[in-house]
Amino acid sequence: MKKLVGENYTTPDLLAKVTGKARYAEDFRADGMLFAKLLLSPLPHARIRSVDTSAAEAMPGVRAILRASELPAPADTVTDLGETIRANPMGERALTDEPVYAGEPVLAVAAVDEETAVAALEAIQVDWEPLPFVVDPLVSLRPDGPSPRAEGNTWGRAPVESGKPPGPLTVMPLKWKAEDFADYDQGKMPMGEPQIDWNYGDLEAGFKNAALVLDETFSMANNQHHVLEPRTALAYWRGDKLHVHTGTQSAVQTVASISRWMNIPLEKVVLITEYTGGGFGSRATGAVICMVPAILAKKANAPVMLRITREEEQYIGGIRPGMHGRVKAGFAKDGRLTALDLFLIGENSAYEAQGDANSGGRFISLLYQPPAMRSRSITVLTNTPPRRAQSQPGGLQAIMIVEPVIAKAARQLGIDQVEMRRLNAPEGKALWGPAGRDGKRGYITSAFLKEALDKGAELFDWKTRQARSGKRTGSTVRGSGVAVSSFVAGSTGFDGLFVIKPDGKMYVKSGVGNLGTESVFDVHRVAAEMMGLRWDQVEVAWGDTSHPLPWTCVSGGSQTTHAMTRAAHAAASDAIAKAQEIAAQTLGGSPASYRVADGRVSAGGRSMSLADVAKKAIELGGKYDGHTLPENINKVTTTAATALAGEGLMGVARDTYPRDGTTVSFVAGFAEVEVDVETGNYKVLDYTAVGDSGTIIHPRAYGAQVLGRSVLGMSHTLALKTVYDQHYGVALATRLHQSRPPTILDVPRNMKWDAVNLPDPETPVGARGIGEPPVAAGACAVMNAIAAALGDDVFKRAPVTLDSLLMALEHGRPMQEPLTAHI
Amino acid sequence: MAIVHDVMPPFQLFQPSSADEALDLLDARPDTWVLAGGMDSFDWLKDRTKRTSAVVDLSGIDALRGIREVDGGLEIGAMTTLVDVAEHAAVNARFKMLAEAAGLVASPQIRNQGTIGGNVSQDARCWYYRRGWSCYRAGGSTCYADTPTAVNREHAILGADRCVAVSPSDTAPALVALDAQMVLRRRGSERVVDAADFFLGPDIDITRLTVREPGELLTAIRVPATFAGARHYFEKVRDRQVWDFPLVNVAAAFKESGGTIQEARVVVGAVAAKPLRLRTVEAQLAGKPATEDTAKAAGELAIAGAQALRFNAYKIPLMRNLVRRAVRGGPLAATT
Repeated sequence: MKKLVGENYTTPDLLAKVTGKARYAEDFRADGMLFAKLLLSPLPHARIRSVDTSAAEAMPGVRAILRASELPAPADTVTDLGETIRANPMGERALTDEPVYAGEPVLAVAAVDEETAVAALEAIQVDWEPLPFVVDPLVSLRPDGPSPRAEGNTWGRAPVESGKPPGPLTVMPLKWKAEDFADYDQGKMPMGEPQIDWNYGDLEAGFKNAALVLDETFSMANNQHHVLEPRTALAYWRGDKLHVHTGTQSAVQTVASISRWMNIPLEKVVLITEYTGGGFGSRATGAVICMVPAILAKKANAPVMLRITREEEQYIGGIRPGMHGRVKAGFAKDGRLTALDLFLIGENSAYEAQGDANSGGRFISLLYQPPAMRSRSITVLTNTPPRRAQSQPGGLQAIMIVEPVIAKAARQLGIDQVEMRRLNAPEGKALWGPAGRDGKRGYITSAFLKEALDKGAELFDWKTRQARSGKRTGSTVRGSGVAVSSFVAGSTGFDGLFVIKPDGKMYVKSGVGNLGTESVFDVHRVAAEMMGLRWDQVEVAWGDTSHPLPWTCVSGGSQTTHAMTRAAHAAASDAIAKAQEIAAQTLGGSPASYRVADGRVSAGGRSMSLADVAKKAIELGGKYDGHTLPENINKVTTTAATALAGEGLMGVARDTYPRDGTTVSFVAGFAEVEVDVETGNYKVLDYTAVGDSGTIIHPRAYGAQVLGRSVLGMSHTLALKTVYDQHYGVALATRLHQSRPPTILDVPRNMKWDAVNLPDPETPVGARGIGEPPVAAGACAVMNAIAAALGDDVFKRAPVTLDSLLMALEHGRPMQEPLTAHI
Repeated sequence: MAIVHDVMPPFQLFQPSSADEALDLLDARPDTWVLAGGMDSFDWLKDRTKRTSAVVDLSGIDALRGIREVDGGLEIGAMTTLVDVAEHAAVNARFKMLAEAAGLVASPQIRNQGTIGGNVSQDARCWYYRRGWSCYRAGGSTCYADTPTAVNREHAILGADRCVAVSPSDTAPALVALDAQMVLRRRGSERVVDAADFFLGPDIDITRLTVREPGELLTAIRVPATFAGARHYFEKVRDRQVWDFPLVNVAAAFKESGGTIQEARVVVGAVAAKPLRLRTVEAQLAGKPATEDTAKAAGELAIAGAQALRFNAYKIPLMRNLVRRAVRGGPLAATT
C-alpha cells in the first residue's frame, strides 16, 4: 500500500504559483475586452435623488453604464432539503441607489480602458440626499442614538401571535435605556436588552462559591481580510452562458451563488477559478460584485474586466465584526471555573448579519468547560462595510475577550498558566453550548487539548521561559503567555467523484476552491491511497466548471479536510467494491476475497490491474462506469458524473458515514514577547503552536495553516485595525500601510508547530480541519505574554499598540478610550 | 465631481537627462510636478487628489545621483536612493545616524525606489489631508484632524498652528542634526539653505512643508564635517517593525570630551510639521556629563509646551523618553 496520508508532497499547482505562470482573474484577457470602473458612495448613508450621465455617455470609448435599478432581483435559494430560503430584500447587492456605507459601489461604467471609464465617472453628476448615519454600535444603542437605516439598527422578526410561523427577518430598532450606560465612562461595557440569551447550570451558586470573581470589559477591533488578490472579475457571455473568471474559496458553490445573484439557471454559469489569492472567509462563495462585469458584458456585448483596487477591496472585501465583551467569571481556589457570564456586542454593517456575537459563547463553554454559564449577545448595525466571516468567526473575538480574564485569574490565584488551562480543558466528547430542544446539551466528537498543552509546553520550554517572565533588563521586560483556542472543524454529506481509466490512472474531480490551503488536492490523497496508487498516477482537475465538478462543501469554517476526506473515502470505498465485483466476475472467487493494493485487485494467486478493471468496467457499463449512479448523490454530482460515464471505473458516492457529535479542533499557542517600557514597543520573540485536529493529511500544508493562521491571529493583537471618523462616518485607514497588517519582521523568525496527531474517532480518515483555531491561539498567546511582562490592567482593547502600553505604564492604569469603535 | 482613486490621470511627461534641461522646463512651466522616486507623487496623482498637466521625471539625470566627498563632508545628490545612502561606506563611517535613518525609512522596496531628496520633500501624511479634504493645508478653512471626533493618533504635539500634520520624514531630523545644507537651484541661480531652515511649520506657510519654490529643484544635500565621527543616536518608533512612518523619531549628535558633552544637536521628528531642533535642550546639555540625570532633565525640557490632541498624548512621554535615550546613548531600539 502506498502511504500518502501523512506524507509531504508537491501539489500540482505549486510550480505555476512560484514561477508566476498561475493565472488569477486579472491575468486573463479576452478579445474586445472592456474595462469597468465603479463609482463609490462618498457618504456613509444617502439616497440618490438624481443622476446625470449624459456627459459620460457622450464620451468616445464609453460603452455602457450600469445602475442599481438594472440588476436582476436575486433568486430565492432552495436547499438540499427542498426548503426555500427567500432572498433578503434588504441584503447586500452589487450596486445600490441608497448606499449604507461610504465606499459602497453605486454605479459602474464600461469603456475601452480604465482611463476612459474614470473620466466618464468624473463626468457623472450625482445629486445626493444625505441620511442619518452611525459608525459606532454603542452610539447606536443609546436611547436617542441614530440608526444606520430608516428601519432601525438590528435584524429581528416582528412578533407574531402564538401558533403562527415567525415573520421574515427584517431591520428593526433596538435601543437600550440611559441607565444601561451608567458605567460607560468607567470603561464598563453596558449590558442592556440582548437578542440572544442562553444559560445552563446554576450561575448564582457558581459565583457564590467562587474564591475569586472577576468582571472585565474588553474590546477588539474590526479588521479587514486584506486578501492579496482583490475581488477582480472578468465576465463574458457565450450564447446564454455566462463565463466568469474570479477568485473564490469554493469552486462548485460559487456557481450556485452566481446563478442566484444573476437569477439564471445553474447550468448557464461557467466559473474559471483555478487560483485564488486568499479568502479567509471573505469569499466563501465568491463576491457579489462579479455581477457588475457580468451585466455590463451583456449590455455592451463584449467581455468586461472589473479590476478591484486595494481601496475598493477595503470597502467591498468585508470586515471581521469588531466586538465588545463583558465577562464575569468565578474561580475556585484551585483555578477551576465555577461560573461564567458573558455578554458580547458585535458590530455589523447595515446588511446581512454575521453570527459572530451569537456563536462566540459556544466556544467559551467548550474551551473552559464552566459548570454554569450564561451567554448574551446582540449584533448592532452601523454604516460601515459588509461584515464577512473571517477565520474563526465569533470564536476569535470571544476567546480574545475571555482569555485575558483566565490569564488574570491564574496570576491572582498563583496558578501556572498552562495548568490553569489544562484543568479547565475539555476532554473526549465534551459538552458545549446551551441545551437543545430536547433539553440536552450538545457534545463534540473528541478533544485532546490537554495533550496539545503538554506537547506545546515541552516544545516551547514553558518552564524556563515562565521563570524569566516579568524580569527586566535595561528598558525591556520579557513575558511569556499561553492560550487555548477551538473552532468547528468539519461538515458531512458531500460527494466524492473519480474515474480510473484504462491507462490505469486515477482522474479526480475536485470541487474544492484553490484558496491556498492545498486541501483542493490533499483530500484526494485519501482515495489514491485506498486505491493503492502512487501520486504520480493521479490527475486532479479543479477550478473550471465547464467540466462539471461534484458537490463539494464550502471551504469555510475549516470544513474541507474533514468533509472531503470523508467524501473521498466514500468514493474510494465505492470503487473498491466495484473493482472487487469486477475481479470476482472476471477471475472467479468472491468479491470480498479481493484486496486492492499497488494498483491491482488480487485474491490469492488471482490478480488483475486496475487498468484492466477499468476496461472491464466500460464493458460492463451500468454502475461500474457511471452509467447508473447512486440516487443519494447531489444533482450537481449527477451532472458531473454523467459527463464522465463510460470512461472507466467510477468511484462516486455521498458521505453517509455516521458521526456522533460536532467536529471541533483545538490549538494551544505559546508566545514570548519583549516589551520596551520606554516606548511601549514590543516584539514577539518566539511562538509555538500545537494542534489537535485528528490525523494529519499533509504535514507541510498543516504546518503552514497552524503558523500562518497564528500570524493572522497575532495581527489582531499587533496593529491591525479599521479607523473611522465618527463625525463624517468615513474610513480614514484605506491603505495597507494605514490598516497595518503585520510584516514579516513583526513575527518571530523561527516559529514551531506540532500536532497531537490522534485520529478523531467519528470520521473514517480521522482528520479534522485546522484552518481556524490557530487564529485565537496566536492572538491570545501574544496578549497574555504582554500581560505577563507588564502585569494586569495595562490594556483593555486590541490591537495592543504601543501608545496604549506607554500611556498605561505612564499613568498606572489603562488610558485608552475603552469602548469607542474604529479608533 | 465623483471621486475616483487609484487610476493615474493623463499628464505630459518630461524626462530630461540633465539638471539644466529640467530647470529650463521648470522655468517655462513653474507648475510642473517634480517627480523623484515617486513614492509620494504617485499617491497624489493616482488618487487624482492633486492634479498636474505636466510632470518632470528626474530619474534620467545621472548628475543628481551619488555621494561625493566635499571639504571633509559629503555631498549627496538629491536623486540618490535611500538604500544607497543607508549602505554608503563613508555615510556609515562618519554620519552613522543618517545611514540609520535612511535604512529605517518604510520598507526595502520603497528604499530601493525612494530618494533622499524625495524623502525630505515629501508632503504631509495626515489622512484627512491626503484624502483630499478641503483643510487649511489644502487651501480650505478648517482642520479636520483637530476636532473632538477626529482620529489624530499620529498628529502633532508641538508647533501646531491651525494644521496639526507632522513631518513624516526619517532622514529630515538626521540632516537637521548634522547641520546639513540643502542646495536649491533654479534656472540661472542657486541658493543654499540650512536644513533647519528648509522645513516649514504652518505658522510660516500652512500649504507646504519646505521652502522650495515653484521652479526650484533640490539638487543636492551637503553634510558638513562638523559632526563626523561624533556620538550619533537615531531611533524611530513605529507600530510595525518595517513599512511604517515614524510615530516619533529622534536624531542626535554629541561632541564629547572626557565624558562631558561639549556640543549637542537634538532633533525630533513626527511631533510637529517640521523636524524640531531642540535648541534649549542642546544649550542645557553643553558642558554636562552624559549621565542618566542629564538625560532625564533633557527629556523633561524637550516636552515643555507639548499639547496633546484626543488620541496622541502618548507622543509626549515617547518624545521625552527618546530624547532621554539619545542623551544616554546605548544600542538602538529600532531595527530594519
